[in-house]
Amino acid sequence: MQTDLIQEARRQAEICNACRYCEGYCSVFPSLHAERAFSDGDITQLANLCHNCRGCYYACQYTAPHAFDLNLPKALAEVRRDSWERFTWPQPLARRFHTHGGAIALALVVGFALLFWATRAIGSSGGEGFYAVLSHNAMVAIFAPAFLLPLFSIAFSLRRYWAEVNGKPIQMSDLTVALKRAGKMQDLAAGHGEGCNFEDEDRFSQARRHIHHAIMYGFLLCFASTSVATVMHYGFGLHAPYGFWSLPKLFGISGGVLLTLGCGAMALLKQKSDRDLGDPSAWGGDIGFILLLGFVGLSGLVLYALGSTPLMPALLAIHLGSVLTFFLLTPYTKMAHGFYRLAALVRDAQRKRDVSMVR
Amino acid sequence: MATPKEAYDIAVIGGGNAALCAAMTAAEAGARVLILETAPKPYRGGNSRHTRNFRCMHSGPLGPLVEAYSEDEYLSDLLKVTGGKTDEHLARLAIRTSEECLPWMEEHGVRFQPSLSGTLSLARTNAFFMGGGKSLVNAYYRTAAGLGVDVLYEAAVTHLELNSDQIEWVDYTYEGQSQRITPKAVIVASGGFQADTDWLTRAWGEPAKNFLIRGTPYNRGVVLSDLLDQGVESVGDPTQCHAVAIDGRAPKFDGGIVTRLDCVPFSIVVNKDAERFYDEGEDVWPKRYAIWGRLVAAQPDQVGYAIIDAKSLNLFMPSVFPPLKADRLDELAGMMDLPAEKLKATVSAFNAACGDISGFHPTELDGVTTSGLIPPKTNWARPITEPPFYGYSLRTGVTFTYLGLKVDETAQCSTPSGKIKNLWAAGETMAGSILGQGYLAGFGMTIGTVFGRIAGREAAAYAN
Repeated sequence: MQTDLIQEARRQAEICNACRYCEGYCSVFPSLHAERAFSDGDITQLANLCHNCRGCYYACQYTAPHAFDLNLPKALAEVRRDSWERFTWPQPLARRFHTHGGAIALALVVGFALLFWATRAIGSSGGEGFYAVLSHNAMVAIFAPAFLLPLFSIAFSLRRYWAEVNGKPIQMSDLTVALKRAGKMQDLAAGHGEGCNFEDEDRFSQARRHIHHAIMYGFLLCFASTSVATVMHYGFGLHAPYGFWSLPKLFGISGGVLLTLGCGAMALLKQKSDRDLGDPSAWGGDIGFILLLGFVGLSGLVLYALGSTPLMPALLAIHLGSVLTFFLLTPYTKMAHGFYRLAALVRDAQRKRDVSMVR
Repeated sequence: MATPKEAYDIAVIGGGNAALCAAMTAAEAGARVLILETAPKPYRGGNSRHTRNFRCMHSGPLGPLVEAYSEDEYLSDLLKVTGGKTDEHLARLAIRTSEECLPWMEEHGVRFQPSLSGTLSLARTNAFFMGGGKSLVNAYYRTAAGLGVDVLYEAAVTHLELNSDQIEWVDYTYEGQSQRITPKAVIVASGGFQADTDWLTRAWGEPAKNFLIRGTPYNRGVVLSDLLDQGVESVGDPTQCHAVAIDGRAPKFDGGIVTRLDCVPFSIVVNKDAERFYDEGEDVWPKRYAIWGRLVAAQPDQVGYAIIDAKSLNLFMPSVFPPLKADRLDELAGMMDLPAEKLKATVSAFNAACGDISGFHPTELDGVTTSGLIPPKTNWARPITEPPFYGYSLRTGVTFTYLGLKVDETAQCSTPSGKIKNLWAAGETMAGSILGQGYLAGFGMTIGTVFGRIAGREAAAYAN
């Protein structure tokens, strides 16, 4: 744990607690104002609740050049990344990919290479369509562990998080409350629902929230596409390729479009934001991750568009290579934030439940 | 700037709430407006940066406000704190107009939030700005820019040339150069003079050097003094101000809300000789915090020390600096440079005067009082016995001074020979017209909003 980061966040939180003007903005402040002293776990929880909407920064009367030098979005962003790096196994990977876009690019190249190698070395064993390039069994042999291993890693990390923030047994209502907040990205909307302060200083805008929606729902649609296809394959013996009006294609194409546009827009929007209100050292890793995720979507769409041309085998290897890299890096990149955010919102729902029970 | 310097109809001096309300109102009426703000951009907004709510009359639930708050109740709250030193005509105007201000503020970008945790007693009377005063100021600057208002930061007005009944020109410095403009009308909204320690010392004497200034260091009263020197009519007493007791470790300027201390009702407060000097439990803190600045100012070296024990630590809002802490009273006295034996004696005498404490209730007047003690503590009087003991030093924190420009119900300024036909004033610089003494939480922003809008409307009507 980087105690200096926690200590700096604690210093700032104590000033916030004496002020309380930002109470209406997001989930962080009511949670912060409920305490008088902040344990390391409290600070970790506040950091993961913070969505970096920056409303509190621009509203703050104590930002530099004031001697109190408050920059809560930055302090919490730094604690947040440090917490992900600490909780993740194995740690050296997390420390590398959260901060280095170049490392992500390199991993992507390795992913491509693996898939090209696989198509050469394993080949089709007589399948149709994409399976003519790489057999279904080979795909499953590669992607089942590449999907499950990161999930185990994340589950392991979340257990550590849960212990540090003193989480309680989860009730269904905690999950519902948290999923509702996350589904609407309420913490990027400010208390008045007009969005966050990101691309143009203190102007409230929905741009980041809507772009984040596109990415999140785009990703979930793509994921749904694969899941539905798996069910169709194993449950009903309906094998790919599927037609345009099939569920896997409808989910996959709409999801791919949202994901591609969303990631492109997010990368552009971030260029307009003030890097010093986030975690500056994570800039490269964040941009690298957004581009990787966008590339997964884009390469999927291109593969669909050019699937019946001679380019298909190469495009398939490229798309699957990017998917493989994306899956394997999930615990070590910004992708992990979704899991921690949800956990923090669940923990916050428990806190509110406790308060209302006391009342 | 798109507008040439000579083409402005109205110059607004100052960049806080009153100035912005005036500028937006005038611009909406078609005037070309220039704001001259002496602070650099990060510190724009004067004391409005540090505010959190405004007090608003309402006949039923309105925005974040619950129930109703009538004109008469509002006025009676005001008269209680000013002891009748109030221009009732102007006060009623401010109060009555406050109701229409809330939706107007929302239309101009301000967003409200429910009363903050720890301030529930204000949920009916005071509407809290989401994010506080700086977010209000930010929203107003954005709206003003959209209306074509130009703003110069670090533009320090040095002189308004008064020629019998009108202002001829405005001199200011900007980027190291002296500048002169000749607007048709001028609105002064540049606050009090509290940040000019020399002026404060002339009014208060040497003690003023120990005062802390809670808000902006830029309100030095330059324009106010320039106008008073030229015979513009003033109102108020230079020793009167909004002053509260704040943490003695606060910075000289700009400490704002986080330096306030809410511990007094649960403490005993002593001076540097370790003697008590006032009833700490006279009333609930929101009704008493504004008198303690003057009480502390009257003590030697203008300093006080609030002392509590372990059982009271969590009864009040935390403040920015943690209290000094010791297991024994003499140890705490040492940390605070107080005479240890005397402090122990004062605490013993207080403890001995405490009676039945079973009725103790931290948020209501509980009548748990001392007997036979002078001065008494008439509520929340529990013996100070349970270590660790905690101490806070208290100093006088000035928010703003009341000596200002006298205005009429159109916010217009005058000389003894009559109205000045193109000069209006709004905000703290004329608040002395309404606040003769004392303070009512959130009323400064009400005065600024109401009279800012009036000044903007009147100045635009004149300029058009």
